[in-house]
Amino acid sequence: MSHRLDTDSTQMGELDTTRRGQAIDLKAVRSKLRENVPQVWRSLDEVSDTAEFKKYLHREFPSNASEWLDPVGRRSFLKLMSASMALAGVTACTVQPQELIVPYVRQPEEEIPGKPLYFATAITQGGAATGLLVESHEGRPTKIEGNPDHPASRGATDLFAQGSVLTLYDPDRSQTILQLGDVRPWNAAIAAIRGGLSAQSASKGAGLRILTETVASPTLAAQIQQVLVTYPEAKWIQWEPVNRDNARAGARTALGRYVEPLYDLTRADVILSLDADFLSSDGALNLYYMRQFATRRRVEENADNLNRLYVVESDYTPTGGRADNRLPLKSSQIEAFSRAVAAGVGASGVSGTAPSEAAAFASAVAKDLSEHKGRAVVIAGDSQPPAVHAIAHAINAAIGAPVSYVPTAEIVPSEQNAALRELVADINASKVQMLVIVGESNPVYSAPADLKFEDAIKRVGLVVHSGLFFDETATYSHWHIPAAHYLEAWSDARTIDGTVSIVQPLIQPLYGGKSPHEVIATMTDRPERNGYDVVREYWQSAAAAFGRSGETGSSTRQAAPTRSAQPVSPKPGSEGTAGEGGFEKSWRKWLHDGVIAGSAPQAGAAAATVAPDVATRVAQAGAPIEGIEINFRRDPTIYDGRYANNGWLQELPKPMSKLTWDTAAHIAPKTAEDHDLENGDLITIEHEGRTIEAPVFVMPGHAKDSVTITVGYGRSRAGRLGTDTGYNAYELRGSTAPFFGAAKILKTGEEYDLAVTQEHWAIEGRNLIRSATLEEFKKNPAFVKEMEHAKEGKRISLYPDKEYRGQQWGMSIDMNACTGCMACVIACVAENNIPVVGKVQVKTNREMHWLRIDRYFAGNPESPDAYMQPLPCQQCENAPCEVVCPVAATTHSAEGLNDMVYNRCVGTRYCSNNCPWKVRRFNFLLYQDWNTPTFKLQRNPDVTVRSRGVMEKCTYCVQRINAARIQAKREDTPQQPRLIRDGEVVTACQAVCPAEAIVFGDINDPNSRVAKLKASPRNYTMLEDLNTRPRTTYLAAVKNQNPDPALHNNPMVGHHGSTTHEASEGGGH
Amino acid sequence: MSQVFPRKANSWSRASLIAIAFLVLGLGWLVLTLQRSDFVTSANEFVEQPVQFSHQHHAGGIGIECRYCHTSVEVSPSAGIPPTKTCLNCHSQIWNTSAYLEPVRASFREDKPLTWVRVHDLPDFVYFNHSIHVANGVGCETCHGRVDRMPLVIQKQSLQMEWCLDCHRDPSRYVRPLDQITQMGYVPAEPQNVLGPKLVKEYRIADVEHLTSCSVCHR
Repeated sequence: MSHRLDTDSTQMGELDTTRRGQAIDLKAVRSKLRENVPQVWRSLDEVSDTAEFKKYLHREFPSNASEWLDPVGRRSFLKLMSASMALAGVTACTVQPQELIVPYVRQPEEEIPGKPLYFATAITQGGAATGLLVESHEGRPTKIEGNPDHPASRGATDLFAQGSVLTLYDPDRSQTILQLGDVRPWNAAIAAIRGGLSAQSASKGAGLRILTETVASPTLAAQIQQVLVTYPEAKWIQWEPVNRDNARAGARTALGRYVEPLYDLTRADVILSLDADFLSSDGALNLYYMRQFATRRRVEENADNLNRLYVVESDYTPTGGRADNRLPLKSSQIEAFSRAVAAGVGASGVSGTAPSEAAAFASAVAKDLSEHKGRAVVIAGDSQPPAVHAIAHAINAAIGAPVSYVPTAEIVPSEQNAALRELVADINASKVQMLVIVGESNPVYSAPADLKFEDAIKRVGLVVHSGLFFDETATYSHWHIPAAHYLEAWSDARTIDGTVSIVQPLIQPLYGGKSPHEVIATMTDRPERNGYDVVREYWQSAAAAFGRSGETGSSTRQAAPTRSAQPVSPKPGSEGTAGEGGFEKSWRKWLHDGVIAGSAPQAGAAAATVAPDVATRVAQAGAPIEGIEINFRRDPTIYDGRYANNGWLQELPKPMSKLTWDTAAHIAPKTAEDHDLENGDLITIEHEGRTIEAPVFVMPGHAKDSVTITVGYGRSRAGRLGTDTGYNAYELRGSTAPFFGAAKILKTGEEYDLAVTQEHWAIEGRNLIRSATLEEFKKNPAFVKEMEHAKEGKRISLYPDKEYRGQQWGMSIDMNACTGCMACVIACVAENNIPVVGKVQVKTNREMHWLRIDRYFAGNPESPDAYMQPLPCQQCENAPCEVVCPVAATTHSAEGLNDMVYNRCVGTRYCSNNCPWKVRRFNFLLYQDWNTPTFKLQRNPDVTVRSRGVMEKCTYCVQRINAARIQAKREDTPQQPRLIRDGEVVTACQAVCPAEAIVFGDINDPNSRVAKLKASPRNYTMLEDLNTRPRTTYLAAVKNQNPDPALHNNPMVGHHGSTTHEASEGGGH
Repeated sequence: MSQVFPRKANSWSRASLIAIAFLVLGLGWLVLTLQRSDFVTSANEFVEQPVQFSHQHHAGGIGIECRYCHTSVEVSPSAGIPPTKTCLNCHSQIWNTSAYLEPVRASFREDKPLTWVRVHDLPDFVYFNHSIHVANGVGCETCHGRVDRMPLVIQKQSLQMEWCLDCHRDPSRYVRPLDQITQMGYVPAEPQNVLGPKLVKEYRIADVEHLTSCSVCHR
């Protein structure tokens, strides 16, 4: 397995000679942790104090990071360098290259050069839409923000939406229509499709199949259904590799039909998650639930507002990280656990006993749920079998949970794996002559291995594929039509509560892609219609049908950042015709708002009650798996493999493992010990007779005798970045047990290099994380003050205090709200033109992310607590970086920022050396892609693109501060003084945060949100004893653990006087 | 062996020490002067444009206001180069057959933008914003010179950082009343050292520390 395109892989070995320096001794780890030393830890390496961890700790970059190890060799490097030194003086003499100005011929209305516009649109993923506002600079979409008016977004986005803008500009996207490798025009493709269809007309389409992703677009669903009217014998299959079959089937079992349970977490005091990562990856409602969940984690006004989350899961997920009580349990045992809980709360006659190690937990949970009737919910995970979903519905009914049932976001809900199995059976029975595949589901790569889709597809006479990439499925297709990205095409999309958004394009298709509407239109009687006409016509008739056309027209949106939302170049002649003035008004308003007001069904439209005989319907209990169990999960950063070629998402550390560029088999420390495995060992996993190899990652808190691997890697045709990266878990995954099943693991004795960032930028043994139980918090709200090291009054500085008369900036990060979802990190990447460095460079600590999320574990390695700490530049008042810069390239601004002046920086790296938080990033090489023309379109023009040899770091999004300041200053008069208002500057990380954990603002204004949060008793400063007075402070975590001693709670952290802390003080590190 | 150096070599060596000192100083002066010279800054250099548009004629002669073409100067970082459409507002009526204006008509006809050569070119790591300068009393003329007398636009100032800082350190020497922003050949009604500080106060221009913070211009 090759690594990736980055130079050769031989240098990896050289750089990494110490990887095997010292194996982890789990016994020693356990005994150390029993003494609660250290209180928090990043990895097992840290606890056992291996040579590898010390290497990360004591050196900012690993020992060979500054060595020249490229194949060029030292000698030729010196030759080249001496030549360039000789010419170095000359480079300063170059005059600036001539620059051209290209004005518009006809400047569009509303377009002001230099000012971005924001357009409302939506991204569909997993069968539900998230509303977006997309920033456009002179027609180039550059940055995605959430749409505050959209129910699934409320202004936030997930990391996929953030990363999707890079996929738009991906130079590896498919660019031409191909017939068996030959470039063909669009009308030839239409002719081929028409030809295939006319052969089907006699049999009424009996040999026609349409395979799409989960469709949440009412227009597309209507189009396909129209095709099915013409060809009644044809079939439409919706399929995605990571689908929600279990949730759908569970709803059908318990409630009689496919409905979506919509929980109101704001009203839930107790939440039980049955393997449901509802805050991060399960379903399509993560943002919605994260916002709701976070509102119940704030304790400033009312400590009893704090909810309690129980999580029972196999892998350690971000939701598990937020749990107050968490139980690692094999996926196959969760059904028994849920039956025990159901029995405990008396749900409709469901009975059962929990596995012995989970019995105490189950009875404690059942007791808690029963005591909170009407204020507790149970959420089942998409990876759990339908029975668990049905049981969860039954429990929710029994405890009167705040849940409503709504129609699913997908227009035609179905059970997708069954549909795909039927398709393959039909193909193998030679019933299928024409197969049209639309979307990114990529079945040749991702279909269950036992279906052998790759063999089946060869038997179809005509396969037409439309996708963003010429991927694995495209290679097996007769025709390939490049798809338009969602930022290039008209469409519409429904979301969780039924609200529909019109998807409007931000740019003309870069590579001539066709939208799904246009591809499906070729199968109708009007084959050459464009997507705009299709979507608009659908809504015109829908509006006429529902009488919605009387709505008022648009008005300019007041709230920043939306300035305008106008349809992008609708075809002339298709609008403004007589009689549709009313519709035109509504249409424009829908486009402007990003939602169609009133499109959500009325409350109770899908009112569902749990069947009284649900117990008998789920009577057949699934058998727990003896021995090793394998779990398949969606990848946290590259989804189901569709983002495999997206450098931002590949390099984004996975929330819990902090792994980049790869997938790994997560196993528990105990399982690692049993099988003599450690991080990076290659194992063979055997499941249902199929085997793959995969590297091991020891995940504290993982269920024992269980392996979790994410799908999406090991693509053979993804593009320059994604091809041959990592191992393909789809080769193992079958259709009967798509999420977990029995497996065997075997150590191969080989090793594989994993680029894990969890130990990078480590800070030794300091008191970084502070937490308390709810009881402790109630007793002493200011508990963090007692954890402080030195006395407040002793803080003296050699530098005089500076007085800020105007505004000064600060940030507050709530560790009770943060789930570690990583959306802020990628939002920062998108906003600040942060380059991708590649796996080899990540291995040497050279990732460039300005903002990282440190994930700490605390307590028992079998089931530790997790703490998430986003760490941007702390913007210290007495900044250690500023005083050591020999060229004054980092200086203090009048509003308290640590400015970083790239054009002054000469790259001494003294500043980084002197930074206690290790938040400065150095461009060791020319990481930024200065050549690919499409990537240039993506860059934020308000942020300098850095070159090699320059230090960089978080600026508090100074470009956004400046934009707001200029706006304020323009309106500032002696009669009406005007400062930047609170909330006017929203940093990229703050804007994207679904949990609203990050708040930025003026700390001189006592009424600003950030000043109020900083006045909270939970507020604390990291490394306060250094007296650098950071502007970024944290709100300590308060956990609402169930005090039942049977649950073995981990101790809280941050209490002063731990031995490591003292030792490290004495050590003077 | 006779003396290698004659007696007068002593005087020569003393003189040469002084000469070296002068030489070093002179070299320093030369480098600094060169660095500030038009040769390096491209000031006062004529630039060939696709259409030899004369500001002298349009702004000076006919008296078209700056903002007729540079429409976004008050609201955007960029003052805005007019779209071809703006030229044809007049030139579809007058001089509409002139061979001189054929590139303009061709641009409109073929929907292909005119491509101008940038005259005032700041480095890419500098973020200049027109709107705030115009709102705070910096006239067009202050930076761009007497555009109404330029047959072809040339850069009049060095656009070097010391030139920016000259004003950012004490804007009172340059600000003018808001109704005089686009005025060419403006003469202050009262002495600048009286008017300037008054205007700075009225415009509520930030203090030196703010105006010279790095992140005000570099991001």
